[in-house]
Amino acid sequence: MSGKTLSFHPDDRYNAFLRTIPEVSYGGGRLSGIPVAVKDNISTRGIETTCGSRILSGYVPPYDATVVTLLRKEGAAIVGKTNMDEFGMGSTTENSAFGPTRNPRDPSRVPGGSSGGSAAAVAAGLVPLALGTDTGGSIRCPAAFCGIVGLKPTYGRVSRYGLVAYANSLEQIGPMAANVSDVNLLMSVIAGYDPRDSTSLDAPYSHVPNMDIRGTRIGVPEEFFGEGVDPRVASVVWDALTLLERKGAEIITCRMPSMSHALAAYYVTCMSEASSNLARYDGVRYGPPSDVRKPWHEAFQERRREGFGLEVRRRIMIGTFALSSGYYGKYYAKAQAARRNVREDFRRLFSEVDVIAGPTMPTVAFRFGEKSDPLSMYLSDILTVPANLAGVPAISVPCGKVEGLPVGLQVMGRWMEDERVVDVAYAYEQGVQP
Amino acid sequence: MITERDVEHIGMLADIAILREELEGFTASFNRILEYFDILDQVTGAGEGEERSFNVFREDEVEPSLSRDDVLSNTLETEDGFFRAPRVM
Repeated sequence: MSGKTLSFHPDDRYNAFLRTIPEVSYGGGRLSGIPVAVKDNISTRGIETTCGSRILSGYVPPYDATVVTLLRKEGAAIVGKTNMDEFGMGSTTENSAFGPTRNPRDPSRVPGGSSGGSAAAVAAGLVPLALGTDTGGSIRCPAAFCGIVGLKPTYGRVSRYGLVAYANSLEQIGPMAANVSDVNLLMSVIAGYDPRDSTSLDAPYSHVPNMDIRGTRIGVPEEFFGEGVDPRVASVVWDALTLLERKGAEIITCRMPSMSHALAAYYVTCMSEASSNLARYDGVRYGPPSDVRKPWHEAFQERRREGFGLEVRRRIMIGTFALSSGYYGKYYAKAQAARRNVREDFRRLFSEVDVIAGPTMPTVAFRFGEKSDPLSMYLSDILTVPANLAGVPAISVPCGKVEGLPVGLQVMGRWMEDERVVDVAYAYEQGVQP
Repeated sequence: MITERDVEHIGMLADIAILREELEGFTASFNRILEYFDILDQVTGAGEGEERSFNVFREDEVEPSLSRDDVLSNTLETEDGFFRAPRVM
């Protein structure tokens, strides 16, 4: 450590941060002195970590997540923890127990979610780099809505040690930044093998983005432009694909029939996993305490009613139901079959094309309260969940606007080909610059 | 069709209390969401294969871990170096 200090006093008018560190010490390295924001479900030693939930208010982790250790090792200045939908459960950041984040591009709209605080912090220019997490689109959705770049890495490429678990089989930590080069840099710092994560892959990331995409075959599934996709968003994304074609890529339209069950498969899976993962919040080891004078179940049930927000309680309960005796076959087992079909679709398509592209989100950023019905919010994740179900890498890069609001181009790649989705995003980004 | 009684039962299984006035809202949203999940009835085929999963074994080597003080640092209720929990029986 070179022992330098950075002062950080941002004008956080959009409520991007849950807490900031006014004086941050940092060392030498590739990120020396660069302010980095960290989503609040990633453990930071000595810095309160709440996951946007009252049930963890006051919790100060006694250890760093592996990604945080890696950031510190490269000299990054960790300047604060960003707002999020409680435990990552939402696509708007309205489900935070500590108030919503607003979209810097239009403060009357949501920033997307669940990594809405990280996206807003980057979009508002408060930090150049941020970490988000993506369980069903939680990096790519806010990146698209706030007009920044966000990468969900291949499952296993970035350690999840110290990430507070919501749905382990789906989620990944990933980089968010204003441009592809910065996302690429941050990815190179956080990727790599970690013996503390049993799903970790030994695949470090060291890549120089290459904008030459001549000969790259880009598959465009019809389903990504189907029902529910705003035609104006579709048109902006098609323009972006046409630009990539002019740069030498080949556009190939294709079909992805598994999409019709992907969203239901995703929600059954994540809710089921959540019902198990969130059983640990009993008020005994962390967070506001349970009343130890009451009987166990009474104290536990009361603590969880007070500590969890409505959406978290809903997902835990539906997950409990989906895994319960008599319903497991109807919901969870069927969801796993549908998940396999999604993987098979990707496998088939990736034998014919190099990447798959389409819009990141079916619409531009919602107005506050627009998605107050839970199912209508879930439906907006339809284009992002396939990559999580299959574990493949996916990036969102800004590709234009509809009525002044940013639109994201999503590029998904073969398993372990994070470098290639970065290259296609880079080719687009460099191609549109005058 | 899920009834309010079913929702109360699920809440009990999940160890989450539900207030009387919340019951109607939860029941309505459960029904809407579960109705959407019915689309999975059409899915055929088996579940996830084992194609990318394999066991990785290693020796159990003891390494340094968090101290007892660190582990207990986030609770107010401790007793003789242990967590204090509500009574089970």
